[in-house]
Parts: sequence; structure tokens; C-alpha cells
Amino acid sequence: MSTTLSRYAVAMSALALLLAGSAFAAGPAAHGSILAALWKWTPFLLGGFGFNLVISALSMLIGTALGFALGLGLIARGRLMRAACGFVMNLFRNAPRLVLLFMCMFLIPFKLSLFGTTVPLPGWEKAVFGMSLAVMANVAEILRGAVQSIPTAQWESAESLAFSRFQTLWSIILPQCLKRMIPPWMSLYSIITMDTVLVSVLGVGEVMTLTGEALASENNDRLLLPFYGYVLVWFFLYCYPIGLWTARLERRYAVK
Amino acid sequence: MDPVAAWFRWLDDAHGINFTVAYDAFDRARFLRGLLMTIELSVSSIVLSLIIGAVGAGMARARNPILRGCVYWIVQFFRNTPPLAQLYFFFFGLNSVLVTHGANGLPQPLVGNVAWAILSLSLFAGAHNVELFRAGIEAVPATMLEAAESLGYSRFGTYRHIILPLAFRISLPAVNNNLVNLVKTTSVAYAIAVPEMLYVSNQIWSDSLNVPEMMLLLLVCYLALVGILVRFMGWWERALRVPGFGA
Amino acid sequence: MVHRVTNEILVEIRDVHKSFGKIEVLRGVSMNVTRGEVVCIIGPSGSGKSTLLRCINGLAPIDRGTIKVVGFDVPSLKTDAQKIPLRKAVAIVFQQYNLFPHKTALENIMMAPVQVLKEDRAEVEARARALLRKVRLDGKENAYPGELSGGQQQRVAIARALAMRPQLILFDEVTAALDPETVKEVLTTIRELVDDGLTCILVTHEMRFAAEVADLVCFTDGGVIVEQGTPDQLFKAAEQERTRTFLSQIL
Repeated sequence: MSTTLSRYAVAMSALALLLAGSAFAAGPAAHGSILAALWKWTPFLLGGFGFNLVISALSMLIGTALGFALGLGLIARGRLMRAACGFVMNLFRNAPRLVLLFMCMFLIPFKLSLFGTTVPLPGWEKAVFGMSLAVMANVAEILRGAVQSIPTAQWESAESLAFSRFQTLWSIILPQCLKRMIPPWMSLYSIITMDTVLVSVLGVGEVMTLTGEALASENNDRLLLPFYGYVLVWFFLYCYPIGLWTARLERRYAVK
Repeated sequence: MDPVAAWFRWLDDAHGINFTVAYDAFDRARFLRGLLMTIELSVSSIVLSLIIGAVGAGMARARNPILRGCVYWIVQFFRNTPPLAQLYFFFFGLNSVLVTHGANGLPQPLVGNVAWAILSLSLFAGAHNVELFRAGIEAVPATMLEAAESLGYSRFGTYRHIILPLAFRISLPAVNNNLVNLVKTTSVAYAIAVPEMLYVSNQIWSDSLNVPEMMLLLLVCYLALVGILVRFMGWWERALRVPGFGA
Repeated sequence: MVHRVTNEILVEIRDVHKSFGKIEVLRGVSMNVTRGEVVCIIGPSGSGKSTLLRCINGLAPIDRGTIKVVGFDVPSLKTDAQKIPLRKAVAIVFQQYNLFPHKTALENIMMAPVQVLKEDRAEVEARARALLRKVRLDGKENAYPGELSGGQQQRVAIARALAMRPQLILFDEVTAALDPETVKEVLTTIRELVDDGLTCILVTHEMRFAAEVADLVCFTDGGVIVEQGTPDQLFKAAEQERTRTFLSQIL
């Protein structure tokens, strides 16, 4: 744990230096004002970053639930079911996430009429749905991989003890799978959080869009490098510890 | 081509399913150029990222701790930040610093958007490759290194002739995964107006208002590209396979 | 059995000490090997036998003492380039064969002379084929190590060592990982090399083989050479108590 913390501390100080350095690159007289500009816009941008985290959390929540269902379909006994779920999974895994987002933004209507009430669907909700589809496909694959990594001996002993397939899955296989699924799931969370910036391309207001707005408002070319660097730093500070934690969990849960 | 084009025109007239790419030469040309650009981005980035991966993994074994540290932090940086943000940083950020002046005296960016896209994507995938190659290198048995050293191979010679070929074979499945991801990630070049598939599809559906059809075509094309890459990688894996090793 | 007796000292080891961290593995080892001599080193595990071999060909650095091999002062060779003449002169065959799995048998033998010594490829190939014939593996030139049995792999490893045209070969328990039938084919190959006059240092558990081929047998225990002598002297009339105890457990 101490090496992790010390690594993180080194990372933060290095990034602070990088930021200061990029401010210096813009010219000696400017660096004071650049840091001031960054500081001024920080609360605004932080709000945007928070929205990214919300989008990613919701997508992971919905996508994981759907992914479990899809994953169970992937390991089903019926060949047709497996093929159908496999097709769905491959479709949403092999399509670029930006394309999935475009699909959802353009194809889902901007309001939904259900039972006489009209539900407006703002852009960000459609984006969440799009991300959830990607999460669903990946979680299904993670689940399948975890189930396949359980030795067949487990299935055989359960069967010889007269467990039904459903009971075997529920009481024996899935509980063991959960631990193995955590590192790749955390890795997926990190990736999805980073991918939430894609929604900026579709006009949803999150940290990248807000950065663009801030830069437009300041109208100073020397701020381009520091501001975009700033956003990178935030993502790094958030995702790097997740990566370290994931690696630690992977080692702890390593399949012997 | 004519009967096919005619059928698609009928499809539009009769059912409103409008695949302009099938019957309109201009749209078709546009889309094919976009497809070609995606392929160009993919191939260039794949090759460059593999080179970056091999060189980076080699540098990560350097005796100099400063060099090792640099490689570690650069890799971590590219792995833990969004590729789109990296692209903006390079294209908007670095371009504002690396300014030259064109023939008419007005400032021009030094590097164009396609070049930045390839560079950014290669670094992104290359950083992942460094990690994967490193894992492969660690999996090469230490006894192999002893044998190489006792035959007189230098550190570099051992890396080049023995470690790298073996590590490459070991890490190939994971690297293939990464390269598939790279092909999908080329779509972010849309954001800096690189005319790849998604960008031209956007142009086409803005003109012809056939979003669902273009989406379908786009999906099919990406699935096809990924499928071809996977098949090629499988062939490569089999070609490199050595009997009795790894299997 | 005494071979062509020469007086030229190929290996001179004086008071070598080596530790791995806190554990002292070699505590003052001294011995001489003359050209044409066959030396067998026996002893319990952990007595430092394999470490000694690795110090002789420069794979492991020593803490104290001198090692002179074929005129080279081994501890003073620091860079890879400096070590190349030593690598030419001294070859080693490992217990785990350590063939490169991504190359065929022929390529394994040819690799180092071509890439490290920069010798002419055609010449090296002819020599490699002759060596494969010598270890009775002609026909297996294009086989990968994964397709060969343990004994066959070990013989390819011996051929690979010979391709460097060494003056001295070190064998590190080369039959320990093989099953009894294949042990014999490897020992036969080593015996032919010995009959050809090659200087060898063998770390081995095969006492009968040692008794047949060795000029000198050294018994090591606890990081020192406890006793050394001809096979007759050591196996039949060992002077030290520790030697007798060890031999009674083995024989």
C-alpha cells in the first residue's frame, strides 16, 4: 500500500510540474496569468467532470445489470439462445463506442409517449443508454470468461450431488465468479469513464465541452495547451489509482 | 452495377429505405474515401504502435532508472487518459505552440490533422502494447536468458534474437485484442475533422437525411473491418506458432 | 582412467567466495584443471556445485578470489564484448537444456556462431550438420525443440555448445531431468566427447559414470571442496568422514 501511495504522490507532483511547465512554455510573462485562468475556471470545469462521473456511473449500473442477463444467455444450454446472445454481444463490442453514441442520439426520439404521458429524453440520457449498451456487451463477456475459468470439476461435483443447472449456477459457480470478475470490471469502469468524453462530440455538456466553452470565452491561444492538459490531468488522477487498485486485486485474486 | 442500383432506388421509392451509397455515385465515392481513410488510419497506427510497443518494452528493461521511470510514466499517462482528450491536446494544444508560417505569411499548423490522428492513436495503442509486451517478456523463462548469455549474446542481442520473438508470441492474443480496439478508436478522429468513415457518413446523412440506413452501413463496415483484422491476426498467430511451445 | 596427460593449466581457481545476499554459497574454493582432464564434481544439493560452474564461465560474479580460465581473468571481464572470447573458449550445457523454442534444432546450433561470432553462414551450417550427425540426431535438423524428447533436446544442447568450438565444456547435472532410458544416450554422447580429448567439468549424480570417465573427482559440501582425488581414491578409499557418509547414501 505504501508503494502505491508513494507512486501516486510522485504522479501528482510530476503532474504539477508538467502543468507549471506547460504554462512556462507559453512565455515567461504569461505563466502567472495562465495559472490564474486555470484556477478561475476550475469550479466550472469540475462541475463538468462531475457530470462525466455521473454518466459513467449510471452507464455502469444499467449496463452491468443488462450484462449479467446477457451473460447468462451466453452460457445457456440452448444453442439458439447462445448464438443470439453471442450475436448481440459481438455487435455491441465490435462497434466503436462513438458510433453507438451516434446511433442512440440520432435514432432514439427526443421524447417518448407512454400511456398518454410524454417523457422528454434529453441528450445525456440517450448517451447513457448508448454507453450502457457497450457496458452490457463487455460485462457479458467478462461473465462468460469468469464462468469458463471455473474448473469443470466444480460442475461435475455439483451434478453428482444432484444440483440442477440453475442451482449450480446460483449457489456454486456465480459466487466464485464474482471475485474473478472484479478486476476486469474495474478496468471496464476506468475505460468507460474515459470514454464519457465522447459525448462531447454529440453536444452533451460535460468537461470537454465546458473546456471548449471556457477557451472560447478567454479567446487566448496560449491557454489551449494548459487547458487541455488540465483535463488530461484530472482523468489521470482519477483513473490511475483505479488502475493500481485493479492490479492489486488481480494479484490477490490470482487464479492458482 | 445498374440492376443493383435500380433495386436500391426502388427500395427508397417503395419503402423509404434510402441507401444512397448504393445508387448515387457521388455518395458512394465519398463513403469509399472515408472507408479508405479509416483503413489508412488503422494500418498506420497498428504498425507504429507495434514499433512503439517493442521499443518501449525494451527501454523498460534499461539499467538506467531514470529511463525506466520515464517509460513507466509515459505509458501510464496514455493508458489512463481518454484518447479523445489526448487528440485534442495534440491537435489543438500542441499545434498552438508548434506554429510555422505559410507562404502567405499567415500562421499555419506544423502537422496536419491526419498526421496528428495517427500519432495520437499510435501512442495510445503503443502504450498499451508496451504493457502487454512487458508481460510477455517477463513470461520468457529466465533459463533461456542464461543460455543466451552463455553463448555470448549481448544484452541487446539477447533481447532482439531471443526475448522479443518469444515474448511476442506469448503476448500476441492480448495484443490482437488491443489492435481491434485501436481500429474501433480511429472513429474519434471525427472530432478533428479527419474524413474517416464516421465523418463522411455524417456528411451523407446530413445531405440525404438517411440516418438509420447510414448507421446500419457504418455498423456493417466496422464489423467487417474488425472481422478481417481478427482473421488476419488468427492467421498470423498460426504462422508464428511453434510446435510444443505455448500451444 | 587417465587420458592424455598435459601440464597446461586451463582453469585456475583460488579461494573463491560467493554469497547470495546473506547466504554464503562458496566459502573458499580452490582447484586446477589441466587440458584434456575430465573433472567430476559431486556433492549434496546446495553445496555450491552449480554456482561454481556459473562462476567459471562468468555467468555469476564472485565476491572474492581469482578465477583464470584459458588465460582470461574472469572477474575482470565486465562488458559483453569483453566476455565474448571467454564464451568462445568455455561452453556450458544446462540441466534444463534451454534450447530456444522458436528455432529448429539446426538453427539453435547455428545461431550463436553466426550472430555473435559473425562466422560465415555456409561454413557454420556445414559444421552444425556434422555436429548433429555426431550426436546421432541427423534427420532432426528441422525439428523444433517441442517435437524432440528430453534426451534428444539435451544432445542438441551439447551440439550447440560444441558449435562454439570451445576448449572447455561445463556440464551442469545434464541428466538430472531425464528419465533413465534417455540418461544413457546422453552419457554415451558425453563419453565420446571425452574420448576425443575435450576438457570437461561435470557436475553430476551419476557416480558410476564419474568413476568410468573422470580423471579427478571433487567432493563439495557446504561451499568448500572437502576432498578430491582419482575415482579409485575417492570412491574406494575416501579419507574424510563427510565424503564417506555422502557416498554411503548414494552408492
